[in-house]
Amino acid sequence: MESEANKILDEVTQGDYKYGFVTDIDTEFAPVGLSEDTIRYISTKKNEPEFMLEFRLKAYRHWLTLVQPKWAHLRIGPINFQEIIFYAAPKKKKELSSLDEVDPELLATFNKLGISLDEQKKLAGVAGIAVDAVIDSVSVKTTFSDTLSKHGIIFCSFSEAVQNHPALVKQYMGSVVPYTDNYFAALNSAVFSDGSFCFIPKGVRCPMELSTYFRINAANTGQFERTLIVAEEGAYVSYMEGCTAPQRDENQLHAAIVEIVAMKDAEVKYSTVQNWYPGDKNGLGGIYNFVTKRGICKGNNSKISWTQVETGSAITWKYPSCILLGDNSVGEFYSVAVTNNYQQADTGTKMTHLGKNTRSTIISKGISAGKSNNSYRGLVRISKNAVNSRNYSQCDSLLLGARCGAHTYPYIQVDNKSSIVEHEATTSKISEDQLFYCQQRGISAESAIGLIVNGYAKEVLKQLPMEFAVEAQKLLSISLEGSVG
Amino acid sequence: MLLQIKNLHASIHGKEILRGVDLEVNKGEVHAIMGPNGTGKSTLASVIAGREVFDVTAGEILYQGKDLQKLSIEDRAREGIFLGFQYPVEIPGVSITNFMRTAVNEVRKFKGLDPLPGGEFLRLMEEKKRLVEITSNLTNRSVNEGFSGGEKKKNEIFQMAMLEPMLAILDETDSGLDIDALRIVANGVNKLRRPDNAFVIITHYQRLLDYIIPDFVHVLFEGKIVKSGGKELALELEEKGYDWIKKEQE
Ligand SMILES: Nc1ncnc2c1ncn2[C@@H]1O[C@H](COP(=O)(O)OP(=O)(O)OP(=O)(O)O)[C@@H](O)[C@H]1O
Ligand SMILES: [Mg+2]
Repeated sequence: MESEANKILDEVTQGDYKYGFVTDIDTEFAPVGLSEDTIRYISTKKNEPEFMLEFRLKAYRHWLTLVQPKWAHLRIGPINFQEIIFYAAPKKKKELSSLDEVDPELLATFNKLGISLDEQKKLAGVAGIAVDAVIDSVSVKTTFSDTLSKHGIIFCSFSEAVQNHPALVKQYMGSVVPYTDNYFAALNSAVFSDGSFCFIPKGVRCPMELSTYFRINAANTGQFERTLIVAEEGAYVSYMEGCTAPQRDENQLHAAIVEIVAMKDAEVKYSTVQNWYPGDKNGLGGIYNFVTKRGICKGNNSKISWTQVETGSAITWKYPSCILLGDNSVGEFYSVAVTNNYQQADTGTKMTHLGKNTRSTIISKGISAGKSNNSYRGLVRISKNAVNSRNYSQCDSLLLGARCGAHTYPYIQVDNKSSIVEHEATTSKISEDQLFYCQQRGISAESAIGLIVNGYAKEVLKQLPMEFAVEAQKLLSISLEGSVG
Repeated sequence: MLLQIKNLHASIHGKEILRGVDLEVNKGEVHAIMGPNGTGKSTLASVIAGREVFDVTAGEILYQGKDLQKLSIEDRAREGIFLGFQYPVEIPGVSITNFMRTAVNEVRKFKGLDPLPGGEFLRLMEEKKRLVEITSNLTNRSVNEGFSGGEKKKNEIFQMAMLEPMLAILDETDSGLDIDALRIVANGVNKLRRPDNAFVIITHYQRLLDYIIPDFVHVLFEGKIVKSGGKELALELEEKGYDWIKKEQE
């Protein structure tokens, strides 16, 4: 009867991706392939100052000397960089000054995704969320910029920041993730197109959630966005990122960088709900998601908290990390990663303790179904000077069915005697007992799996801002449609 | 007739546990099933509920005239069969409130009804909690996680009250209860008794049957019902144990 359970699991985990539509938008492309010319094209298109072009070219020349890393527990098909379009932008008829001038197709796209770019509508609600919407390579609309600027907060697209705040960009860009960091970071630094920029001045608590929605729409294009968040002394911001893409047979490349800087007493909460197209049931298509996310707690008593719900992408390679430089600074990583069918995820974090009395917490929940592979990879490093530091890590894996894999690679390095590192790991299955109990109450196997998985991930989900927690819960159940046993 | 079991044989991993059970339950009746450890009482309850680890190798189970074998576990539940578990299962991170809302609404959907609005659902919860004297914060906790033995059993009765089944099978709901809890659980059952529903109560102790007066008492022994009688049979078993029954079987 074991097979019966497996059958139910399969049914429940094989749901369809519901964001797979393509919008017909008039789009402008860079020539196919990667060369210094492509980079100059992008830089010119964006009317960038000289320092930006130099940064890009240096990164490109460095990238040429690197090879794609192979250490992750991933099987990655060859990526032909000469077949990718590195820049695609919805054509603008003229400069946009109000929402009415945004392409209606584009607005419809975001409405379908449940994202409102209409400030009036949001204002009518309880709490506003400021949104930056990025489609393919460019930001199309940032809401609430005016409201925020009254508090001295800068929230705009990266391109606008380059135009309007070049000094800040120059100061912080690449300061946390240098272009030499890794293969995909070098690539992003060479060709990145847009993303969000956020600056919270000294002592300001950002009065609303900030969020960016990324959408890949055009075919054969890569998306390379870059986000930079700076919280000055005593500032606070909660930031949220969501992503979707149409259903396509080919693999599309997404290589992003996120940098966070938190000064003394500042706090940044960064939440992600990643739902790029995962490919179909047979493993055809899907996004290759290679992301470098890192924050630095530069000042004393600062705090950076990463929360991620990863349900999409054919391949996820991503380790949101914290450098705890300031004394008493705090780093947190809360993650739920779901893989189904042929998805592969290798994700985790790096906590680098440099300051005294620094603390970090890692809670990772991996859920694998179908024939997928799900790995946690984490490094906790406590340096000699980081006396009296603490880390607590908990890495749990939940397996649905017998053909998926869960792996844990925790690396720990402690260079002083006063620090304490705790690591706990569990692997479990949804038991037949639990399913029977739910079903006996009239709950279908499919809903039962949704309930159990959401319960399992609760510790992480409760870290998400309210507005997104509900969305994330639904997404978890949907991602596992068609899977338990 | 609500439930009719004829010559039921069931096995697990090739080992036969039920060896020809016959049982008839009418609306409005309370049946008690007693019997030594390991004779198949819980197995019988699980097979009626449709648990897939057991294979039914012969016989049939009719519920309201329908062949139960053809229904999934959840459809049996939605048709009004409730099993109070001997060992209730923990579901970490899922609150009783959320669990029950899902259950109640799936049952309603099956009956073609709209989901119960949030406010009404909460009122229903409060009403049923009073019935089994459950304190309010228990329902905010994860299903059975860290519950004491008694709390788990009370939670089963609470769920039964929420779902208002036609046929409730309570598997040792009295085990591990203190005197007060036993009275609460029994009162709960008595308040839920109606002329159109029925209870099958599996127990080891005649004590419970002082509170819930059964119409019939059955003895299950080595996978078969070997003796049936009125409530006085329970007293006789309490007094004499099972040896005389074993002897009768030889
Ligand atoms: N999952 C299982 N795997 C193997 N054997 C099982 C399983 N479930 C039940 N059994 C066996 O079936 C027999 C009957 O068990 P059951 O739980 O029905 O007894 P019971 O009458 O309810 O006993 P108790 O009074 O102790 O609760 C026992 O021998 C038990 O070991
Ligand atoms: Mg039993």
